[in-house]
Amino acid sequence: MNMSLKKVAMPEQNPQVRARNFEEVTLGYSAEMAVEEAKRCLNCKNKPCVSGCPVGVRIPEFIGEIANGNFEKAYEIITSTNGLPAVCGRVCPQENQCEGKCVRGIKGEPVGIGRLERFAADYMMTQAKSETVKPESNGHKVAVIGGGPAGLTCAGDLARLGYQVTIFEAFHVAGGVLMYGIPEFRLPKAIVQKEIQTLKDLGVEIMTNMVIGKVLSVDEIMEMGFEAVFIGSGAGLPKFMGIPGEALIGVCSANEYLTRINLMKGYLEDYDTPVIKSKSVAVVGGGNVAMDAARSAMRMGAEHVYIVYRRSEAEMPARLEEVHHAKEEGIEFLTLNNPVKINGGEDGRVKSMECIRMELGEPDESGRRRPVPVEGSNYELDVDTVIMALGTSPNPLIRTTTSGLDANKWGCLIVNEEMLTTKEGVYAGGDAVTGAATVILAMGAGKTAAKSIDEYIRTK
Amino acid sequence: MFKISKKKQLNDSVVLMEIEAPFIAQKALPGQFIIFRVDEKGERVPLTIADYDREKGTITIIFQTVGKSTLKLAQLNEGDYISDVAGPLGVATQVNKDAKRVCVVGGGVGCAIAYPQAKQLYNMGIATDVIAGFRSKDIVILEDEFKANCTELTICTDDGSYGKKGFVTNALKDLIESGRQYDEVIAIGPIPMMKFVCDVTKEYNIKTIVSLNPIMVDGTGMCGGCRVTVDGKIKYACVDGPDFDGHLVDFKELMSRNSTYKAYETHECNLFKGIKD
Repeated sequence: MNMSLKKVAMPEQNPQVRARNFEEVTLGYSAEMAVEEAKRCLNCKNKPCVSGCPVGVRIPEFIGEIANGNFEKAYEIITSTNGLPAVCGRVCPQENQCEGKCVRGIKGEPVGIGRLERFAADYMMTQAKSETVKPESNGHKVAVIGGGPAGLTCAGDLARLGYQVTIFEAFHVAGGVLMYGIPEFRLPKAIVQKEIQTLKDLGVEIMTNMVIGKVLSVDEIMEMGFEAVFIGSGAGLPKFMGIPGEALIGVCSANEYLTRINLMKGYLEDYDTPVIKSKSVAVVGGGNVAMDAARSAMRMGAEHVYIVYRRSEAEMPARLEEVHHAKEEGIEFLTLNNPVKINGGEDGRVKSMECIRMELGEPDESGRRRPVPVEGSNYELDVDTVIMALGTSPNPLIRTTTSGLDANKWGCLIVNEEMLTTKEGVYAGGDAVTGAATVILAMGAGKTAAKSIDEYIRTK
Repeated sequence: MFKISKKKQLNDSVVLMEIEAPFIAQKALPGQFIIFRVDEKGERVPLTIADYDREKGTITIIFQTVGKSTLKLAQLNEGDYISDVAGPLGVATQVNKDAKRVCVVGGGVGCAIAYPQAKQLYNMGIATDVIAGFRSKDIVILEDEFKANCTELTICTDDGSYGKKGFVTNALKDLIESGRQYDEVIAIGPIPMMKFVCDVTKEYNIKTIVSLNPIMVDGTGMCGGCRVTVDGKIKYACVDGPDFDGHLVDFKELMSRNSTYKAYETHECNLFKGIKD
């Protein structure tokens, strides 16, 4: 038993160096480090950590195997409920989930569950020769729309049960936000593709360039012999603030900025997609996407990168580690600041952004203290690029082309607890249902939907 | 992978390609577009669908070589493959079935997009006049195709080397002044041309539809790069358009935003052609 109050430190690239490259920031545990950290787990009887995991990973069990050096066994335990462990170990907000419930966290730091999950997954990818066995087909076909975290999880779970699953992906590559949104330095794309390869080995078919709602409707998919459909079409149109100057050259959504860099690999010389070159960048927002955009801008060569957020740091929705890493890399945090106007030069390009300082007032409907402007505190921030990371509204392509599929007033698909939509045989989950949320919540929804789809088809 | 089944050079810089894309061909309608990615390192580039053949499972694109991506595409030949083609994207042109007479105005390579519109209207039995404008005689495209699919074709060239001398706006004004009653005008071409056509039709209070070509990355309603201001509101050309009421479009803003990557594009294009800046 390791009674240290702190997690075994995970090696990282030096902040000054990594702030200018796209290689992965954190380097992962060695086998020795993993065993040492695993020994911090108390193997609690009531397993509070598991209750904090949206996909129910049997955490103390897999950690116990790591502590004993049985890394392959640990991986098997994880993947029995989680199809994307290398991804989750890197991008889950563990502090609000498993680690947030860890008894070791009451006094000292919780067990590094995310780091251990990542270790087991990386170990299997690099050290071990695992062979995925394609399960025997049960003869039933299920369609999954969208190859992001929700869709991949749903597809993986159904494939393991013997379903013949086809993923219809709109882009030229599957992975969704794992490919277009989360940057390489936080989640290497080769790892995402390896996880997807595992699904293909399970027999999942992926059809790229298939924009459902346009090239095929949900009804047509069902006519093609698919007995159930899962919609995981993900995030949609980015939100803007509606302030003057948002049409200037140099203003874009974080979705656009990150897609150019991640999906289209615009940060690499030999790829054709251009990325705006900036000296001084303001990223508006306080979530993970804002951190990703800010840290990417730094890596693209900006001299100053600001996070402009209207609430205080305590209310920031970003993962703790992302905020911490961003600060280490030199991102300047302007919390309790809100943009009011973007100013442009005669060339139509951004010259500066006018902000107003804010203070926290009474709690609002989200329970967080409402930011209120401090009258007369306006000032100009010298920037040439403004990236809006304010969230998205769900993609309209499917809901507007499918009869019987109800959405709420924000355009999010309505589902019940089983992830069943208002249309028979059609299930949904992820951002298409919740609006912009996290990878792991989308995965949890995909998992629940897979279970429901299995029950639906078996009892039909 | 998508096979190029036919390639035809329409003029020095405009190429027609027929691509095997059976799913898209099944659904394509005039006004819709595709996104192509020529190879692994390519950009995602939107191109309007110029024609489609549901039985053969092909779509036709007509494009001008203006940047690196279109140059790369133009270098491919019949039998070669394009990495990715996604579509049909955007909202198909809303046809005014009650229209008695419509004027379709195309400018340059924009005629490639104007053509399916004219063809559709004409084949619905609506009197369809076409005004096709080009810089000079040597770059005139689709003349025979238009002739077979419209009521009256007027070709204009800026320098007078073919057809009527002058801009499409003059030709349009002449037709209106001569007493032609248009229920609608459809204008497709360079942004300044569409803007000037709208200026003319505003005077006569004729509803005018334009097809916009803003910067786009994914084309499916995710990145927000294609946002345009229409009637003072943000609209996304990929899911709300690409057709909009031309009298409500902020053309100045569109023109400015479209120049975002101009320096980069010129640089890349020169490098590709082996020219050092």
